[in-house]
Amino acid sequence: MLQIIIFSILLVGGFGFFFYNVLKVRRNILLGKDFTPEGPLGPRVVTVLKVAFGQSKMVTRPLSAIMHIFVYVGFILINIEVLEMFADGITGRHRTFSSLSFYNFLIAFFEILALLVFIGVVVFWLRRNVAKVKRFMNKELDGFPRLDANAILIAEVLMMTALMLMNASDQVLQSRGLYKVAGSFPLSQFIAPLFNGLSNESLHIIEKSSWWFHIVGIFAFMNYLPYSKHFHILLAFPATFYSNFNAKGKFTNLDTVTDVVKPNFDSTYIPKEIDPNAPPIPFGVKDVFDLNWKQLLEAYTCTECGRCTSSCPQNMTGKLLSPRKIMMDTRDRLVEVGKNIDKNGGKFVDDGKTLLGTYITPEELWACNTCNACVQECPINLDPLAIIVDLRRFLVMEKSEAPPELNNMFSNIENNGAPWQFSPADRANWINE
Amino acid sequence: MSEALNVPTMADYLAKGETPEILFWVGCSGSFDDRAKKITKAIVRILNHVGIKFAILGMEESCTGDPAKRAGNEFLFQMQAMQNITVMNGYNIKKIVTGCPHCFNTIKNEYPELGGKYEIVHHTQLVQELIDQGKLKVNGGTFKGKKITFHDPCYLGRANEVYEAPREVIQKLDVELAEMKRSRAKGLCCGAGGAQMFKESEKGSKEVNNERAEEALSLNPDVIAVGCPFCNTMMTDGVKHFNKEDKVKVLDVAELIAQANDL
Ligand code: SF4
Ligand code: SF4
Repeated sequence: MLQIIIFSILLVGGFGFFFYNVLKVRRNILLGKDFTPEGPLGPRVVTVLKVAFGQSKMVTRPLSAIMHIFVYVGFILINIEVLEMFADGITGRHRTFSSLSFYNFLIAFFEILALLVFIGVVVFWLRRNVAKVKRFMNKELDGFPRLDANAILIAEVLMMTALMLMNASDQVLQSRGLYKVAGSFPLSQFIAPLFNGLSNESLHIIEKSSWWFHIVGIFAFMNYLPYSKHFHILLAFPATFYSNFNAKGKFTNLDTVTDVVKPNFDSTYIPKEIDPNAPPIPFGVKDVFDLNWKQLLEAYTCTECGRCTSSCPQNMTGKLLSPRKIMMDTRDRLVEVGKNIDKNGGKFVDDGKTLLGTYITPEELWACNTCNACVQECPINLDPLAIIVDLRRFLVMEKSEAPPELNNMFSNIENNGAPWQFSPADRANWINE
Repeated sequence: MSEALNVPTMADYLAKGETPEILFWVGCSGSFDDRAKKITKAIVRILNHVGIKFAILGMEESCTGDPAKRAGNEFLFQMQAMQNITVMNGYNIKKIVTGCPHCFNTIKNEYPELGGKYEIVHHTQLVQELIDQGKLKVNGGTFKGKKITFHDPCYLGRANEVYEAPREVIQKLDVELAEMKRSRAKGLCCGAGGAQMFKESEKGSKEVNNERAEEALSLNPDVIAVGCPFCNTMMTDGVKHFNKEDKVKVLDVAELIAQANDL
């Protein structure tokens, strides 16, 4: 009975706190500007199925793709076993689903999955900590992000181990006639002999504490998600749903600029932003409020995998720019803004910080080639480049702080119709040279 | 090299009361940069050779605004775009070819929203089309059997997913097309895009163009083929950096075709 009560508290508290945090993240994301997804529903759903569900963009790096599939498929399917654990927890029964005709198959299958998860996680850990794969070594991962990645890997190893220990002790108890015979254990049968010498009491303790460890672990993991890069396991789905379907070379058009420029050329043009009483909208992006909510959603979704950064020509040649850092900075700033709002009774109070400047420096922004390698590489279709360009727009149009050479280029275009100092009258001279 | 170039302007056509089949958008680099002018001429030779009725805008052409847009100067970009759109709509332009992937991308993707809707192709696409239609017959000439690697321009490749046209054209020359490890969607930028062409790079350990040239040179090619005047500049500088300019040429796909066929 006590077990049922404790479990129920855990269940309600676990889900309650999780939803509380999810709503908070949602509120933060909606601090962003409007965003209207382009393109029809069908292709969006297909993209979610292919890219998020089917992991189609992972394959470019085969080893991590396979290991990630192990962990990902294992994670999803082992949750079916967690469902049984929930049922056991609420009813106080043992192996509630054991009357199912394919129960033996299920348990065996989960054990194999657990092993695959185990292998995947160990390989991931080795890649980060022993092989020191370059994209996991960048500065922006120092501190919490690196800890975050390793903590979850270790937690997963422990959870999978708990699952095996639970099954192993269960088998011994089954063989002693103390538990109902159920399940088939292709892997934990090799651990079971180690437990043969233990007393019934000890076995009970191992079985129960493994069970509790796993179930508490599940709730802990779930509630840790909103603070971690692992949030991607949920947000990858909406993020890919809102993927950009335009050619990657198409940068957004600023309607606020069109409203100023176009009437000079086209007297019939009706400005889109017609409300003269609305506060003026700044050109470009200075802080998270100026980004649109899709970009903020992407910041929360970033897996910090660093594929973008490892393919960035400027990063690989030692420049400060790292597209992953752009995403991480955006998230960190948004989280900071969210805390500010919580502390000040629902209203943001100026803290003297901004995404541009405090987090992301002009030196990083001006290094970008706008080459789209980061966008191409991202396994979940995130777009660091869009944020970079929006921040550049603010620097240029609101602060006139472009590098001097670029200001020269601008005035050449303005005066000569070319980025260099040539006379427009000489434009066709090449014909006779 | 054959006879003088025949390069009429849109105004010439208008004066005659005729319309050309296609507008050749030369671009700033193609108009003013000494190296790029050679590419422009190679394109014109191909167009003259097949007898396409084409025209340029001449002095009425102005920067598409691409470098301004990438650098974040949306005002300047839209001013340029509107100016060009007004000119082109005035001439009722339908189809455009250009030698510059940056102009290509901007006109293709960013002009429509501002009222400039045209069909635009990159010159490698046009050449491929001409070959496929049998209007242009090519052979490898002096390039036959040579090893050529193609550097994907970001704004043709990733930005617009044109990967095959330049390759198919190159292969028509009976050459060995060697691929760099980072090619097509994984192609590495030459370092010019995003307005980098017009400024010094930030502090780092290496120049991007040298990183790319090094990769291309590791294949020991006879020619590094490019499809963008800016890539051409960057790769040429990169090849010079490694003192390989005597051995390895950097040539535009249009130049390959024109030179191989004595156009
Ligand atoms: S677009 Fe900019 S940030 Fe992205 S890979 Fe290219 S240079 Fe790096
Ligand atoms: S933006 Fe995409 S590629 Fe870059 S770290 Fe985040 S998830 Fe990985």
